[in-house]
Formats: sequence, C-alpha cells, structure tokens
Amino acid sequence: MQPPESRLNPPGRRFGPFRNRAMRVVGALGLTAALSACNTLVLKPSGDVAQQQGDLVVVATLLMLLIVVPVMLAVVIFAWRYRANNKDAKYEPDWDHSTQLELMIWAAPLLIIICLGAVTWTSTHLLDPYRTIGRIDAQTQVSQDAKPLEVEVVALDWKWLFIYPEQGVATVNELVVPSGRPLNFKITSANVMNSFYVPAMAGQIYAMPGMETRLHAVMNSNVESVGFSANYSGAGFTHMRFKMRSVSDADFAKWVGDVKTTGTKPQPAGDVIAAEAFTGVPAKQMGGTLDRAAYLELEKPTQKVPAIRFANVDPKLYDAVVNMCVQPGKMCMSEMMALDARGGMGKAGIRNVQMLSYDKDGRDSAVAESANPSDAVKRELAWVRALCEQMPGQVRDGSVKAPSDLRSLNGAGIPAPQSIGFGGEDAPALPAKPAHISLNSRN
Amino acid sequence: MAIEAEAHNHWSPLLGRLWLDAIPQEPIVLATFVVVMLGGAALVAGLTYFKLWGYLWKEWFTSVDHKKIGIMYMILGLVMFLRGFADAIMMRAQQAMAFNGNDGYLNAHHYDQVFTAHGVIMIFFVAMPFVTGLMNYIVPLQIGARDVSFPFLNNFSFWMTTAGAVLTMMSLFVGEFAQTGWLAYPPLSNLAYSPWVGVDYYIWSLQIAGVGTLLSGVNLVCTIVKMRAPGMTMMRMPVFTWTSLCTNILIVAAFPVLTAVMTMLTVDRYLGFNFFSNDFGGSPMMYVNLIWIWGHPEVYILILPLFGVFSEVVSTFSGKRLFGYSSMVYATLVITILSYLVWLHHFFTMGSGASVNSFFGITTMVISIPTGAKLFNWLFTMYRGRIRYELPMMWTVAFMLTFTVGGMTGVLLAVPPADFVLHNSLFLIAHFHNVIIGGVLFGIFAAINFWWPKAFGFKLNQFWGKVSFWLWVPGFWFAFMPLYILGLMGVTRRMRVFDDPSIQIWFVIAAFGAVMIAGGIGAMLVQFAVSIWKREELKDETGDPWNGRTLEWSTSSPPPEYNFAFTPLVHDLDAWDDMKRCGVQRPTSGFRPIHMPSGTGTGLILAGLSTSLGFAMIWYIWWLAAVSFAGIIGYAIFHTFNYKRDYHIPVETVEATEAERTRQLAAAGA
Repeated sequence: MQPPESRLNPPGRRFGPFRNRAMRVVGALGLTAALSACNTLVLKPSGDVAQQQGDLVVVATLLMLLIVVPVMLAVVIFAWRYRANNKDAKYEPDWDHSTQLELMIWAAPLLIIICLGAVTWTSTHLLDPYRTIGRIDAQTQVSQDAKPLEVEVVALDWKWLFIYPEQGVATVNELVVPSGRPLNFKITSANVMNSFYVPAMAGQIYAMPGMETRLHAVMNSNVESVGFSANYSGAGFTHMRFKMRSVSDADFAKWVGDVKTTGTKPQPAGDVIAAEAFTGVPAKQMGGTLDRAAYLELEKPTQKVPAIRFANVDPKLYDAVVNMCVQPGKMCMSEMMALDARGGMGKAGIRNVQMLSYDKDGRDSAVAESANPSDAVKRELAWVRALCEQMPGQVRDGSVKAPSDLRSLNGAGIPAPQSIGFGGEDAPALPAKPAHISLNSRN
Repeated sequence: MAIEAEAHNHWSPLLGRLWLDAIPQEPIVLATFVVVMLGGAALVAGLTYFKLWGYLWKEWFTSVDHKKIGIMYMILGLVMFLRGFADAIMMRAQQAMAFNGNDGYLNAHHYDQVFTAHGVIMIFFVAMPFVTGLMNYIVPLQIGARDVSFPFLNNFSFWMTTAGAVLTMMSLFVGEFAQTGWLAYPPLSNLAYSPWVGVDYYIWSLQIAGVGTLLSGVNLVCTIVKMRAPGMTMMRMPVFTWTSLCTNILIVAAFPVLTAVMTMLTVDRYLGFNFFSNDFGGSPMMYVNLIWIWGHPEVYILILPLFGVFSEVVSTFSGKRLFGYSSMVYATLVITILSYLVWLHHFFTMGSGASVNSFFGITTMVISIPTGAKLFNWLFTMYRGRIRYELPMMWTVAFMLTFTVGGMTGVLLAVPPADFVLHNSLFLIAHFHNVIIGGVLFGIFAAINFWWPKAFGFKLNQFWGKVSFWLWVPGFWFAFMPLYILGLMGVTRRMRVFDDPSIQIWFVIAAFGAVMIAGGIGAMLVQFAVSIWKREELKDETGDPWNGRTLEWSTSSPPPEYNFAFTPLVHDLDAWDDMKRCGVQRPTSGFRPIHMPSGTGTGLILAGLSTSLGFAMIWYIWWLAAVSFAGIIGYAIFHTFNYKRDYHIPVETVEATEAERTRQLAAAGA
C-alpha cells in the first residue's frame, strides 16, 4: 500500500521519478560525472533526513539551472556575436528599453523563486530538526507506539560526549545507534559553540552552552561513518571527530552490553593541552561511572581523544550540564530563572554572583575555581535552593511533533496543515507558574 | 587565568602586558618579520635618499583632494591584498599536505590566526579600501563636483582605515592575532577562552577602521545628494553613482551596529560585563544576530559599487546606452532594502523555528530577482552592441559567467534544509569566494583597468593585463571548484589536518589554482610596472581613451586639481556622450579663481594617536591609553582653531592649466 504522503514524496525511489529524471539532466550537464567520481556523502547519505536534504540540494540546483543555463549561454553567444569586428551583427546604440523584455527579466527569476520558495517553505517545516521523525523512509511511516532512542550530546573541549539515558551508559567520541529506529538527540555544549554534524545521518545543528538544541533523525542502513564539529571552537577543533556506526537492534543491544562491561575499566583519554602548545602528555585515564566529578575531569581541554566508554552515568548529569551547574557550589540557570521569575532577590541577590559565574576564568575553571566550595558558599546555595522549587530536568520539550496524519502535508482537500506553524495543537500550554522555563535556543 | 594565559601573565605599569614573550616564536613569522623589517628599512632609506618625504607629506599624506585620497585607498587595498593572499596560500599549502598523519607545517596556534587574519584583512582592509577608493575617485568626477562635501573628513577617514590596517599588521609581529574566525563569535572570543591579545587586536583594528568607514559613508552620501552638477537629477545619475549612493546609505545604517557590537564585546572583555558570556543571562546568540545584521549588508556594501562599475563598463565598451536604466536603479534600491531582511540565513542551524528559517530563506532568494534583473540588463546592453574587448570588458564577461554560478549556489544555501547539510562546509567557502572574487575582485580589476588612464594619463599595458586575466580566471576555477565538491563530500571549514587520504587530491588541485592566482597577481604587478615604465607609449592625451559616456571622461587625464574649470550642465543620462553628440564646445576663456580646500595633517595625526590608543588598550598600557585619548580630544579641539582651511586657485593658474589642455587636445587631434 502506498503511504498517504505519496504525492509529495512518491514511493519507489526517494524523490522517485523526479529525482531519476533530474539525475539524467544533471548527467547531461556533465556534473554527475565529476560528482560520482568522488564520494559525495552529502548527496548519498544513509539516513532518511540527510537523504531528503541532499535531494533538496539537487532539486533546488535543477530549478535554478532552468534559468542559469540559458543566461550563461546567452552571455557567451552575445559576447561572441556582438564583438566589434563582426560587422554583420546589428548595431543599435540607442536601443535601451523594451517593456516586454523588462517584464521577462523580472518575471522569469520571480517564477523560479516562487517555485523554490514553495519548496523551501514545505521542506523547511518537514525537515525541521526539532520535528519528530514521521517516516523511516519513503515507504515506511513511524508507528505511533515506536519509542525513539534518546541520546544526549555534549560538546566538550575538544571531544563529544554521548549519554544514553535509557541504557544508562555514556561514551566519548563513539556514537552507535540502531538502524530503522527514530533517534532523538538533545544537544548542548560545555563552554563554546560547536555544531553537531553527522553527514551520513542528518543535517547539522549548533551545540551551544547553556542552551539545548534538538535533532531528530533515523539511519536506514548499517554503516560506519564519521561525525564532527562543523563550527570552529578553538585549538583542538580539527581533531574533534568521532566514529559513528548504525547497527541492527540486536547488535545495538550487544554493544550496550559491551559498554557495560568494558566501560568499567580506565581507558586512555587523549592528550592534555597546556600553555598554548599541545604537550602530547596523556590525559588521566577515564572510565567507570560518569558522575559529576568524572565529568569535571573529562571537561578539561584535551585533544585526539579516542573512544572512551562509561558503564554508568549519573542520570541528572545532562540537565546539570545544560544548566551549567555541574560544579559543586554553582547555582543552576533554571534556579536563577525561577528566582528571577519571582521578581529576583533585590540586593540580597548580590550574594549569588560567585555561584553564577561559569566561564569567567577560562577553560580549566571547571575544577580549579570551585571544586571545593567553602561551607559559606554551600550554605548560600542551600538557602537559594530553598527559595525555589525548580529542579533541573523540568525543561519544556522544545520538539515539534510530526503530524499523525501525513495527508495533511499534501494539502489536497484539507483546510490548513495543522502541523505547520508554531506548535499548533501539539504545543503544550505555557505553565502558569514559572516552574517550566525553556532553555531551548529557539525563541 | 586560563592555562593558555599562563605563558603571558606578565604585567607592568610601564609596558602593560607587553613583554619579551610578545615576539612570536614561529619561525615563519620570524622570517617574515626580518624580511619586512629589511624591506621597510630599504623603503625608508630610499625615500630619504631621494628626498621624497616632504613631497609625500605635502602632496599626498595631508592632501584633501578626493583623487589623491582615492589613489591612497587603492594602494592600501593592494598592499593588504598581498598580505591577505599570503595567508590564503599558506592555508592552501597546509591543507594540501596535512594528510596521512602529516601535521602540516602550521601548528594550531598559527593556523587559526592565519584563517582569521585572512578573512578580516580581505574584507576590512582589501575589499573595503578598494571600494571606498573607487567611490572616492570616481563619484565627484561623475557628478561634476570639485571635491567631496567634507574634504578634511575624507582625509581623516582614510587615515583611520589605515590605522586599523596598521594595528592588524602589527599583530603579526607583536603578540598574536585572534584565533576565532573572522567574526569572532563569543563565547570563544570572550576573555575566558581567548585570554591574550589576539581578540583585542581584532576589536581595536575594526573599531578604529570602522570610524573611517562610517565617516566616509556620511561624506559620500552628502556629496551625492548635495553636490551634483546642475541638471543632473536623481534619474540622470550614472549607475555607478547610484550604486555608490546605495552602498553609502548601507554603510551609514550598518556600521554603527558593528561599532555597538564591538563595544559590547570590549566591555565584556575589559570590564567583566556579560552581554555575550555564558553567565548572568548573557547571550552569545545575540552577538551572532547583531554581527550579521551588520555583516549581511556589508557584503552588499562590497558588491553594489562593482555592479555600478560593470554597468559603466558594459555600456561604454558595447558603445550603447545601458539597457533598462530605471530597472537597474530600482533593482539597486530593492537590494539595498532587502539586504537588511536576510541576516538570519547565516545561522539557520542555530535552532530557529521552521517559520523563521523559511522567512529568511525566502527573503534571501527574493534578492536574487533584482540581481538577476541586473544581469539581464547587462546582457541586453551587449545585445546589438559593438563590443570592444579591452581588459575591463574581459573582466566583465568573466564576472557575468562566474558570478552567476556563485549566485546560484548562494540561493541553494538559502534553502534551510540544504543549508543544514552545507553550512560551514567548504561548499560555503567556495560560494562566497565565488561571489567575492568573481564579483568584487573582478569588478575592481575591471575598474582599475578602466579608470587607470583617467587617474594617471596613460593606459595599462594590455599584454600583461591579459596574462593576468588568463591566470586569474582559470586559477579561480581551479582553486574553488574542488571546494564545492569537497563541501558535497561533507568536509567542513577551518580544518587543519585531515584523516581521509582520498580527499587530498582535491586540496592539491585547489592549491594549484591558488598558485595560478599567485601568477595572476604577479602578472598584474608586472603590468603596473611595465605600464609606468612605458607610460609615454601608452599616453592618453584626450582624457577620453575609451569613448566614455559619463562626465569624468570630459576632463583631462589626470584631471586638474579642481576637476572642472566650469561646472558642467547636464541634459541627459550619459552626460558626456550627450555633450559629444551635441558638439558642446569646451570653454577656453572667462575663467575665474577657484575656491578649494587646503590640506591638513590633522587626519594623519589623529589617526596616529588612535593607533597608539588602540595599541595601549590591547596591551593594557593604561597610561599610554589615557595620554593618547587626551591627545585625540586635545588635537581635535586645537584643529578647530585652524582657520586656514581654504584658498583660491588664481585665475592665471586655471588659464595656464586649461591652455595646456587645449594644446593637448589639439595634439591628440580631438
């Protein structure tokens, strides 16, 4: 049976006959020859989201070639035909206006842009990284009861931390996901901006400190690929890469079991960076349980970090990272927001300053400054916490639900696509109390 | 302080943070330093030996003549272009060799400065001076004016831009430059993650140069609005003047945003504020928004004047009126306005909602409509023309073909889901080099070849110009087409080493392209040298070597100090073409003394003090900062008491100059 969204994305091939024909045109233009010679991962990825994005690159290019090719041909033809020594060509030095031509030169690009604009509007909403996955591939819809795999991603100097909350394990620079299952990434950064990008899986999204971004994706085949930061983040940036594998459900379960056993032992953790230069001094070995203390050790700047596995992970760690309160003695941003929402504390709030400072002292502040808070600071914090009941973890879910009825996307005979726009029916009502404050970067 | 800062924690009241550790350790930088010092010493010795200092000071440095200032801007752009290109070729070499465990020859500290400096220099100290220089030189001549509205301000603007460039160059040998990328996104550019002087050099260079850019924008807007020759209505302005007007409106509106955002970053770094930090509700994303609210108009600031250049060139060398003048003007205006509505397309991937992303994606695409209309207008200007393939026209055809591809990839990147896979990739790098080199730089080369005879009285050598052209254009394609392909292979920007050996070949091809471009630059320098050497053979006595159409070609080459002995009267769009057709006679009598502005050293002195202020702030030398700041205020006040601001060129001088011009024209047989 054909899925209901067949008109938009016909079955058979991804983007179906259109893409097929499209490819032939491109081939005729000699582009595929150049591109198929190399591994153009972006156009031939293994994940459905990336595939649709890659297809869009092709479609948009073809749409524009409709006008770009004639224009470039005309440039060459006119440049040749009207050269000064070709006396056969007509010469009309005062001809400078033609209403029909003017109409044409404004209308032709306008028409292309109207088409492309329509494609942009729909595809931007359908491929919004915050939108949950509606289909596994062109033929398969996500079943209503499918449970996505949650992965919490933290960009650190200069490595990636992946926390699997459901499985209770964590890894560094090793991302393994089951194929054919929706993936739900929550992404943040420890201190500076990075961009989380696995070209084989889906488009990138920034990882930013104190904020959480989302990415929904799916892998459609079992592959080994790479992921990396696509936004420069400092000296160790170039090595901020990780191996990414998609495996069958059974292999995934096996891998989790593997992490549970091998993750107990200390493992090498890359090179320490000190005083401007990379020293090549190996970092302290890591492994076992990823609790707050281990995280603070891990957070120190290192580079060329191999895969590290943690058999256990503190379930509240990720929320503490987003709220920038992993260090003992720090107030969580959510707590600060809750305080502020109640009108702040007036002058008394000055006492919070130290608890709220996070990156004043640079990359290694994490441990140096307040690893051992004084009793006074601890008392302050307890006092502040007593004022507000906000706990980390009560953050509003910023994702957009994929529509349950995909026919709405065709637009045929259906009023307005209820899934397009800000949230619609799926958006939870804003809480009356300031207890649920969003840390999502979108606003 | 962070560990990075431990090596630089020295501070003394006298020298601030400046200490022996400020001398870079990298051998490449040291060698460059030695070469630059030797070259500089030779230059100073040469100038002293030939007793040129007085001439330079009197005729050039303190001149308020828009033509001389324009030429100085172009020289600044050219010098900085060589520096920016040196950075480029270093990057291409590093990326071509850093495979298979080879770490290349640049460490992270050096490489990260190189790509940051390359971007900053090419935008702020190459493209901007080139564009400002062109506008400075051409606009007053095209509108029949004797100078700009505020001649002293013009000189001051130039020196402030130069001061920014000097600070940037200084960072190469004293301390370090920023290692943040050319837009210095926080939190990375905050004190916590960039503790030493790099980002401070960045901030103060841009702040000081920004003053110059903003003031020159004000100046040119006033000039175009208020100083057009009688009869030149808005819709009779040459297209280059139109695009200059729009560009300067953009400058006046956009640069204050840059100043504000840099000020906020400054107080974050110097006074512990939290505009863009991770603490106390500071928002790094606000910086990203603000910097692109300046940054996107900035790219149109760069390209619009060159659209004007291409319009002039196409119509002159096709021997035709420009097709669709009105739609060209409206297209320019539409681009001006729309350039403010697209900034978010630089960060679709930061988690904005789908509707927001769609809005900015579609407004971006809409810009391609007026841009496309312009391209069609040039195309139909060529249609039924008599195209002479002089160098400016060759660059224009190369532009039309190259820029179209760059425009297409730009629209592609404006589709948010496509941007999600291409953002920050080498595809993006290829795209903006495609439009900036293919548009701005090719336009500048067209303009240099086109207006050089106006500025100096002789044409540029064609042979070396063609060598340069045929190295540049294919060189560009070799250097950047591989980057498009690498982008589609998922390779991201600003990488120092690679682990996939299969992609090395593309970097090697790109490096080959860069070498071709180096040849093109070399050929261009040879072209200038040969032309100056053989200037008698290439001499143009008519003042109108290309059968031009606009007013700047009606005066002598180079134009007299006062540009026009009598302000021309304008009756048609292509005023000079119209005058030639109607057989308007050049007046040869009835001259009167001409009122002109006097030169002053104030601009240079104020800019020198600003450099000193910037340097002091960068190195935390507080006493010097205070002294410099007081000096700037004091000298500015002192300057207001200078009443010798103008003089009259005596009628005899005017008569003699014009008689010489009459002889020249007679000799040229005009």
